[in-house]
Amino acid sequence: MAPLTTTSHRPRLSLGPVTYLWPREQVLDFYAEMLETPVDILYLGETICSKRRQLRPEDYWEIAERTVAAGKEAVISTLALIESDGELKTLKRICADERFMIEANDLAALDFLEGRPFVTGHSINLYNHRTLAFLAKQGLKRWVLPVELGRETATKLLASRPQGVECELFAYGRLPLAYSARCFTAYNRNLGKDDCQFCCGDYPDGLVVTTQDGNEFLDLNGIQTQSANTHNLLPALAEVTAMGVDVLRISPQSQHTADVVKVFADCLSGDLEPSVGTAKLREWAPSGLCDGYWTGDSGYKARMSA
Amino acid sequence: MELVCPAGNLPMLKAAVDNGANAVYIGFRDDTNARHFAGLNFNDKQIAQGVQYAHDRGVKVFVAINTYAQPDGWERWTAAVDRAAGFGVDAIILADMGVLDYAAERHPNVNLHLSVQGSATNPAAIGFMQRHFGIKRVVVPRVLSLAQVAHLIEETRVPVEIFGFGSLCVMVEGRCLLSSYASGQSPNTFGACSPAAHVEWRDTPEGQETRLGGVLIERRSHSEAAGYPTLCKGRYEVDGELRHAIEQPTSLNTLDVLPQILAAGVSAIKIEGRQRSTRYVSQVTKVWREALDMCQRNPQAFRPKDSWHQILAQVSEGAQTTIGPYERTWH
Repeated sequence: MAPLTTTSHRPRLSLGPVTYLWPREQVLDFYAEMLETPVDILYLGETICSKRRQLRPEDYWEIAERTVAAGKEAVISTLALIESDGELKTLKRICADERFMIEANDLAALDFLEGRPFVTGHSINLYNHRTLAFLAKQGLKRWVLPVELGRETATKLLASRPQGVECELFAYGRLPLAYSARCFTAYNRNLGKDDCQFCCGDYPDGLVVTTQDGNEFLDLNGIQTQSANTHNLLPALAEVTAMGVDVLRISPQSQHTADVVKVFADCLSGDLEPSVGTAKLREWAPSGLCDGYWTGDSGYKARMSA
Repeated sequence: MELVCPAGNLPMLKAAVDNGANAVYIGFRDDTNARHFAGLNFNDKQIAQGVQYAHDRGVKVFVAINTYAQPDGWERWTAAVDRAAGFGVDAIILADMGVLDYAAERHPNVNLHLSVQGSATNPAAIGFMQRHFGIKRVVVPRVLSLAQVAHLIEETRVPVEIFGFGSLCVMVEGRCLLSSYASGQSPNTFGACSPAAHVEWRDTPEGQETRLGGVLIERRSHSEAAGYPTLCKGRYEVDGELRHAIEQPTSLNTLDVLPQILAAGVSAIKIEGRQRSTRYVSQVTKVWREALDMCQRNPQAFRPKDSWHQILAQVSEGAQTTIGPYERTWH
């Protein structure tokens, strides 16, 4: 099989931030492994809960240095929901470091990053060309499309994007669907958030919520709610390549992330058919695959991955 | 402190005005606002009448254009902003940065409020929106405790409006995609959570079932009352146990903490419920007017009357009310 397109237009692969609470050693091992994979960009940092401090900003900066030394791009990701003074202070400190590109996930980060190159994550609501143009004026270099938007809006935004601004798609992983003041992991363990005992650490891939007729539906990860199904855009690889999408994001899971990266990379290089790749991915998705958002359908449905 | 009341149509607007609202908020009949329900909202003639009715009685009118515009249909949002400005309304409530950018440029003299759907929960976020779009007020998402609200007010120059009563969103508004994950349509993209066209009620031997986009979001016994079909308030299995995994079917009522809200320096308190009835608006507005007046006269002595709680309980969705995130133990 021939490569999908010329090398210069082929999307690069990124690895999103680790969204779960894993032990420090596991995180360090995970990144050591990821540096050996064909992933091009690593997003690094705590994006869910400020109480999780098993890795400090200094630790992520160190991993970022190693990432760059390995010939890859490092982006520092920031918290998605900023409520307290302490969170704001940490965010400010992270944004004051200019060694690496920073991904803004709350409007507060835009305030600190204005005038410098930055990325917006999927939780910054960039839904139209005017928002895109506005943020480009502030320094936007890449945006991750909000995950509920599909091919129709992506196509139109790509057609009108300002020069030098890249588009990244959340291409593989459990979908980030919502954020709350409440910690749902603690809530379901009958604990308060202030006494959470870091119980989210007991669920390295989140706590699955099943409907009363037995379908795995959601995945609770602290204050974040994810989909149980794993969103998969691999079947749309030729399409997104032709559209000019620049980066495809893979969201880390505790198992098989390196395998997933390899499948995407092999499909991008033309060594593997996306249909064969999707069959492999299905085996590693704990609650099955979905892609409905991309085709304009309910997010949980699988059209292309069916 | 201003009392901001909902109006889904002209009779509701009049009911809010007649019962003591300081401001009413309304929307157009399309997906540019977050209560995009069939038969609800205002056409141009009704808006003109509503603005006249309210302004004649010294009451403000705000227009919510608080969903997220996509390239396809973008003109609907800019036209809505132009129309609202043309009616001489007192503020336009916006969420989308692109729409805010348009409104600030095209209508520099119109007051812009940042909608709760704009997801600004801290002084830096609010400052960013103020600096670029000149927002005159921010409606904060239902995620902060009262202590955090008080602190936020100290740290920002933009007046703060909070939700005081009505349905309780559990997630940060503007950043919740649960509805579209099940149904394909969300508050951001369509202007409604759990759109009616995607909701299915079914009687089965196991109980009454509610489905959203085909997903079973609740199954209850025939004797239990059914609430608004939001998937965050259904029962699911978690770790082998059937439970409300996200939130109980409760609604928000902050009457008991009104003195603290006042002391925090909150500029306006909002009643949710443009999709509810004229009776709802009349009764809730009346109770809250009386409560606010009493509390402002003598906050130390303020005790909510039993009759207020009884009236509010009758019109609340779900059997229980909660102070919600304003109380830290809720988190």
